[in-house]
Amino acid sequence: MKAVSVEEAVAMIPAGASVMVGGFMGVGTPERLLDEVTRQRKSGLSLICNDAATPGKGVGKLFDAALVARLTATHIGLNPKAQQQMLANQIDVDLVPQGTFVERIRAGGCGLGGVLTPTGVGTLVAEGKRQIEVDGRPFLLETALRAQFALVHAFLADYLGNLSYALTSRNFNPIMAMAADTVIVTAEHIVPVGVIAPDHVVTPAPLVDYLITNG
Amino acid sequence: MDAQTIIARRVAKELRSGDLVNLGIGIPTLVANYVPADLKVFFQSENGLIGTGPIPEQGMAHPTLTDAGGRPISALPGASTFDSAMSFGLIRGGHVDVTVLGGLQVDAEGHLANWMIPGKMVPGMGGAMDLVTGAKRVIVAMQHAAKGKSKIVPRCSLPLTSVRPVNLVVTDMAVIGFPDGRATLLETAPGIGIGEVMAVTEAELVVPDNVPEMRI
Repeated sequence: MKAVSVEEAVAMIPAGASVMVGGFMGVGTPERLLDEVTRQRKSGLSLICNDAATPGKGVGKLFDAALVARLTATHIGLNPKAQQQMLANQIDVDLVPQGTFVERIRAGGCGLGGVLTPTGVGTLVAEGKRQIEVDGRPFLLETALRAQFALVHAFLADYLGNLSYALTSRNFNPIMAMAADTVIVTAEHIVPVGVIAPDHVVTPAPLVDYLITNG
Repeated sequence: MDAQTIIARRVAKELRSGDLVNLGIGIPTLVANYVPADLKVFFQSENGLIGTGPIPEQGMAHPTLTDAGGRPISALPGASTFDSAMSFGLIRGGHVDVTVLGGLQVDAEGHLANWMIPGKMVPGMGGAMDLVTGAKRVIVAMQHAAKGKSKIVPRCSLPLTSVRPVNLVVTDMAVIGFPDGRATLLETAPGIGIGEVMAVTEAELVVPDNVPEMRI
C-alpha cells in the first residue's frame, strides 16, 4: 500500500477507464475521490455502482458533470439526471438484479468465471444469457465483473491499509476491493496498526493499493 | 381507515415470532408500524442490516445507518450488519422468511410485475428479482386497482419480476391466495362485498363457499 494525495490518485485514472465505486444511495461512497474525479474531469467513464445516488451526492456528482459513458447498476430511479441521460442515449445503461450484481463482482474478485443464479430466469434479464440446469433446476450463467479501478470507502484504515467498515456503509466496498486492478481507498479515520484487531479487519491490507492521505 | 392502513395492518398479521422479514418501499414499509410489540420479528434492510429500528429522533441520525432508500434509520439491540454479498445470500438462499413488496400487476397464476413500465418508467429492479425468487414467502401489498384499472390481471402485460409465483396478495379490497396455482379470493376487506371485488378484478377469481372478512 502507498499513501498518496487525492490529486495524485485520481491523476492515475485515465479518461474512459472502468471504475467500480462502493456505496448504496451515496452511503459508504468515497466522496473525496469523486469530487476530485469531477475536478479533473475524467470523462467517458465506464461506471460500475449499485445505483446512481441522487444529484449532488456520491456518484450522482459524476452524472451532474456528464462524465459517465456507460453504467452497470441495479437501480437509477432516484437520480433524474441519470434517467434523462439514459433516455437521451447519452449513457449506455445495463440494469442488473442487485444479488446478481454483487455476485458477479465477487466472482471477478475470487477468480471465478461467473455464477449460476435462479434470479432472472424467464424474465427480460435472461435475454442473451446461457441457461444451465443443475439437479433439474434452471439457473442463469452470469459472468464475472471486474474493473480497472475500485474506489472504496472505509470507516477505519490502519497505516498498512487494513480496513474496517461502519454499519450500512460497508455494502459493496469490501467486495469491490477484491475485483479491480487498482484499489484506491478513502477512510473516515486513519489509525495506527493494531487499532483494528485481526478479527475485525474486513479488507486485509494487501488488497489496498493506495490510501488517500488526510488533508 | 384508509387503503394503505388496511393493507399494512392485514399484512402485519402474516408475520410470526422469529421471522426474518424484508419490507419493500411504499406500503410495505408501513407494515412495521402494526407489528405487536411482543412479536419478535427481525427486519432486514438489504443494504446490509438485520434489526432495523424506527427513524431516529431529530438530530440523532448517523450518515452510516440508513435504509435501502438511503434514509436514516436506527438499529435495535441485537442488530447485525454485513456486506451486500451476505445480504443477498440471505435473500436468494431462502433465509428470509417473508418479503413484502409493492406491485404493478399480479396475474391469475400469481406472477408479479413490479419493476418497470417499458418506455415510461425504467428505474431498475434493485433487489426485487432476488427477493421474489429467493424468499420463503412472498406477499404483495398493493392497491386493488389504479386509476380504476384492475391490478389483478389474467396475464401480466408488464415484464415479470420472477417466474416464481407469489404466495399472497393483500389489497385494500381483498386477500388473494394461489392454492392449486389459481387466484382465489380468501378474504374481503371490511364493508366490501364479494361482488364489489369481482367487479374490479380483471383476472378470474376462484370464490370458495366461505369468504370471511379481513380481521384487522
